[in-house]
Amino acid sequence: MGRYVVRRLLQMIPVFIGSTLLIFLMVNVMGDPIAGLCGERACDPATAAQLEKEFGLDKPVFPQQYLTYMGHLFTGDFGTAFNGQPVTELMASAFPPTIRLTIVAILFEIVIGITLGVFSGLRRGRPLDTGVLLGTLVVISVPTFVTGLLLQLLLGVQWHWIQPSVSPDATFSELIVPGLVLAAVSLAYVTRLTRTSVAENKRSDYVRTAVAKGLPRRRVVTRHLLRNSLIPVVTFIGADIGALMGGAILTERIFNIHGVGYQLYQGILRQNTQTVVGFVTILVLVFLIANLLVDLLYAVLDPRIRYV
Amino acid sequence: MRGARNAGWAAGAVAVALAAAACGGGGGSSGGGNAAGVLSSSWGDPQNPLEPANTNEVQGGKVLDMVFRGLKRYDPKTGQAKDMLAESIDTKDSQNFTVKVKDGWTFSNGEKVTAKSFVDAWTYGASLKNNQKNAYFFGYIEGYGKVHPDSGSQSADTLSGLKVVDDHTFTVKLNQKFSSFPDTLGYAAFDPLPRTFFTDHAAWLSKPVGNGPYAIESYTKGSQMSLKKWDGYPGADKAQNGGVTLKVYTDNNTAYTDLMAGNLDLVDDVPAAQLKNVKSDLGGRYINTPAGIIQTLAFPYYDPAWNKAGSEKVRTGLSMAIDRKQITDTIFQKTRTPATDWTSPVLGTAGGFQDGLCGKACDYDPTGAKKLIQEGGGLPGGQVKITYNADTGSHKEWIDAVCNSVNNALGNEKACVGNPVGTFADFRNQIGQHKMSGPFRAGWQMDYPLIQNFLQPLYYTNASSNDGKWSNKDFDQLVDQANAETDTAKAISTFQKAEAVVRDNMAAIPLWYQNGSAGYSQRLSNVALNPFSVPVYNEIKVG
Repeated sequence: MGRYVVRRLLQMIPVFIGSTLLIFLMVNVMGDPIAGLCGERACDPATAAQLEKEFGLDKPVFPQQYLTYMGHLFTGDFGTAFNGQPVTELMASAFPPTIRLTIVAILFEIVIGITLGVFSGLRRGRPLDTGVLLGTLVVISVPTFVTGLLLQLLLGVQWHWIQPSVSPDATFSELIVPGLVLAAVSLAYVTRLTRTSVAENKRSDYVRTAVAKGLPRRRVVTRHLLRNSLIPVVTFIGADIGALMGGAILTERIFNIHGVGYQLYQGILRQNTQTVVGFVTILVLVFLIANLLVDLLYAVLDPRIRYV
Repeated sequence: MRGARNAGWAAGAVAVALAAAACGGGGGSSGGGNAAGVLSSSWGDPQNPLEPANTNEVQGGKVLDMVFRGLKRYDPKTGQAKDMLAESIDTKDSQNFTVKVKDGWTFSNGEKVTAKSFVDAWTYGASLKNNQKNAYFFGYIEGYGKVHPDSGSQSADTLSGLKVVDDHTFTVKLNQKFSSFPDTLGYAAFDPLPRTFFTDHAAWLSKPVGNGPYAIESYTKGSQMSLKKWDGYPGADKAQNGGVTLKVYTDNNTAYTDLMAGNLDLVDDVPAAQLKNVKSDLGGRYINTPAGIIQTLAFPYYDPAWNKAGSEKVRTGLSMAIDRKQITDTIFQKTRTPATDWTSPVLGTAGGFQDGLCGKACDYDPTGAKKLIQEGGGLPGGQVKITYNADTGSHKEWIDAVCNSVNNALGNEKACVGNPVGTFADFRNQIGQHKMSGPFRAGWQMDYPLIQNFLQPLYYTNASSNDGKWSNKDFDQLVDQANAETDTAKAISTFQKAEAVVRDNMAAIPLWYQNGSAGYSQRLSNVALNPFSVPVYNEIKVG
């Protein structure tokens, strides 16, 4: 187990370097970011040169700029955004709301998704199952921004149940509706995955054995059936953590949450290399770690899986 | 230049709003509104640090306009430069100016505003080492070349043209005659700065201190700024409300929804998609007034195909092939007005605006257009590609409409196509590298309401915003002459002569003047936008 984890962590290093390099090159390929800083006029050459020097843009992108950036990265310095704020400061303000939003979304996926999946899987072909299938189909086919804007308009403007936009504090209670919107599509997938998996395993030998042993139904479902059925679901949810954090741009825009999506969007528009690379680097790390955790969870769920 | 790309739906000015003022009064206790009421307003994250000489876009400008007062201030209604902190600005030769600063003004931390507050601030703004993006505003002051050389490092730390005479007097020596120099002093870059700006810069940036009617109470970068009325403000334009809370919105649609839900009081950036509904949503609580912004199509004069004999006929023909009225009516819902000259109506006729100067060249005339383009040798390469940045301001919609209009007029489906560029930065980059192969979008928001500002930066040889590198001796000569003119009326008429040169050569195709639009809640009254598309916050009444 320990050796496995170490090996996986070592494998992360080339992935990490490769992906940051790719992002770094891609952001820089868009051209000189200084050009966009002076409105509809050319920056005066002296100021532009000075700014380039300060942000290290006067050196070749590869390898100097990249190496300097990586060097700073390992000392915890993510650079400075064009508005003069250190990127770490932007992260400190952007990640908490996004993490809270992701937690809300994941909770929705787990609680509602898995419960619905189990119930409809156990009652395959019954009206409940057909209803869940239909409902999830609708949710999957409606784009996130439609759900988001519709809920915002109905709950926020028409019925006044919620505030249409989230305050800068972005507390958990404010994030319930945005979290639901963000989770909606994944939630539908989780439901369908769980349903299929449960319906399939219901007919397997070990479930029949468990029932034959005379175990109570509750125990059969939770210990034997669910535990084995959850592996594909856990894989999906694990991969979804990263996707939700990075992909919250739409939801964050609709509900005016000043999180990671907002900073990334603004960073791309303003061609702010430091912000974009910094945030994406963190997201890459989140992806990698979430994947590792998912793999380790397999062993917990299925004792037959062992890591050496 | 305040980046007009973000000015998209912001902008605006003037008196119409006053007519709408009666609407909001409603439940107020004493008709005049509640002086302690705090209003909330939509905001965007400023692109640059909030230093006066480093802020060149509307969102940062909004804050500076509340927190600072300079020597002059542009009247929110007429746009005229009026004395604010200036007791007098005298000159005999349009080159040496003596500035007297009014006594009795302080910063909100109690420090006195003196001649030194100005000289230090200007010196800071001009210094190359401080990376101030508006440094070129100080370019007329003698000694600028040493403080801000084109290359290398600066050889002086102070502007030799600035001298403090006593506590309330300083002199300015310019490196050329510039009669309207005093009128440029209302721009934020010329605001005074307190000592703390220099002694504890980081602390100042996290909570700027100025001398305006509002003081910043708290500032959470990237999300919210809360400004409170400063009770000790010595000026006549005291805040009529208790304060303003600026909330950062990522998407102006969300801000509009918040206004609908009663969660926000003022939106100065009505989203394009909502313009159709805004009248029914808000009734009289919607203002749509001219701003000092003009959109044009500029041409790459570095490309020989666009700079040969007869090219001006092709350009004029293109101008006549654009149905401005239809585009402004349908796409912009009348938030733009078809342009008939190269300045802006906010200048007023006294300030140099000439309605109809463009004449027939700006009227939609398909047959005339076709004929002129043929006479001029046809479109270079048989097709025009209009380059624009597709990331903001619904540019795609109107460029496509312009192309449609041109295609219809010329009876050729392929005569005109749009050429989108992903981001504004890349767009500016390609312009800077002279990579334009045909006309390109050019938006201009004035820095100060002077006809000079609409002509010199855009069309003077090698001027900072002359992106197409147009060059014309007659024009340059007339501009020089106008700047040296001591009589304002004469200066303006000389600038108008220069503008006629622009017209005769169709140096750029004027498209439309942009309006500012804003919507507000029932709690507010007396809402107006100034000619820079910024709400006049200090005059808004709450309750």
